[in-house]
Amino acid sequence: MATPVKVYGPPMSTAVSRVLACLYEKNVEFELISINMSKGEHKKPEFLKLQPFGQVPAFEDESISLFESRAICRYICDKYADKGNKGLYGTNPLAKASIDQWLEAEGQSFNPPSSTLVFQLAFAPRMNIKQDKVVIRQNEEKLSKVLDIYEKRLGEARFLAGDEFSLADLSHLPNTQYLVSGTDKGNLFTSRENVGRWWDEISSRDSWKKVVDLQKGA
Amino acid sequence: MAAIKVHGSPLSTNTLRVLATVYEKELDHEFVLVDMSIGEHKKEHFLSTHNPFGQVPAFEDGDLKLFESRAITRYIACEYADKGTQLIYQDSKKMAITSVWMEVEGQQYEQIAAKLAWELVYKPLLLGMSADKAIVEENEPKLAKVLDIYESRLAQSKYLGGDCFTLADLHHLPTLHYLFGTQVKKLFDSRPHVSAWIADITARPAWLKALALQSQE
Repeated sequence: MATPVKVYGPPMSTAVSRVLACLYEKNVEFELISINMSKGEHKKPEFLKLQPFGQVPAFEDESISLFESRAICRYICDKYADKGNKGLYGTNPLAKASIDQWLEAEGQSFNPPSSTLVFQLAFAPRMNIKQDKVVIRQNEEKLSKVLDIYEKRLGEARFLAGDEFSLADLSHLPNTQYLVSGTDKGNLFTSRENVGRWWDEISSRDSWKKVVDLQKGA
Repeated sequence: MAAIKVHGSPLSTNTLRVLATVYEKELDHEFVLVDMSIGEHKKEHFLSTHNPFGQVPAFEDGDLKLFESRAITRYIACEYADKGTQLIYQDSKKMAITSVWMEVEGQQYEQIAAKLAWELVYKPLLLGMSADKAIVEENEPKLAKVLDIYESRLAQSKYLGGDCFTLADLHHLPTLHYLFGTQVKKLFDSRPHVSAWIADITARPAWLKALALQSQE
């Protein structure tokens, strides 16, 4: 029987892995359809119908077609509210508002500098693209300031939005994984006591371990 | 005293995003001016009480405190679903599509538009400095590509999320407003569906009320 949920994209993509982590947390079965980006498959007309910006992931579930990893995650949490981790996107409006707040902080403040560093330090070398030392330094500074704020927050609460692991924490997994395990900038996280504790806890979750395995196997 | 408070500045795009939402929902509220010219938003009181990132807006509804404009607007739209304009869909499929275009605004459009607004509007206005030509030249074509995708989308759909005006459209208003006063306007004017959409959403009374706060300074 064909699985209705389809995710298009390589598991090594940070945005794809964000969606995969969410699907594993919610125990939702899915089919991962590989997109060969080095061959430009994501810029071809058939793919652009699914994702007009020519980026991964794209997502299908029964009759609905979506893109933007954070929108996909919110959809999964809403559609499959009763499956897997039921509290992932909050079980009441106040919890949800706090999760949305930190999900936006991730998307607006954490993601820009961290994804630039991931590209410069983890992907550029593989793609034979020259690293830009100025860009690296500027973004390391930006990310450090954000992590100082996180350090304070995670001294007040176990997870970003409160006492429970949520979509807000999950959203940070992909970029942080690369920085901690694949570059020399891991100390940005591990040298901060609360951030380090938080990283250990969220990255040890079974759902994230499954994603990392997929990335290694790809 | 209103339970709802919006802390910020009427010049700030992120504050305007929340104010437009509050006006669309016709909610009683108090607007608390944050004097950014003296760095009020970077001071310890503001950081510990309202927003640890030292940014505006910040929001209160009774005991609830929030920051990040797009989280605030989502909260307002859900919590006050039965008041004023419907800004989200109750139907989960329609809401999922709207959510996609809300992310497009936050991740694709705003990242570029905010850079252009900073160079072409805020730097001259607030700092008396001229735009960095290289940054403008780099980002104008990027915005053009994003707007091509918007043009296709708006050829199929009256609003970004579907038939109805929603947060997906509203979120664009503040930066659009600023860019319209610059050389970037031509990028919008040359795309007929984008242009019609902008004319429609910028004429909304709630948006005009939010903008009017700028002249009350």
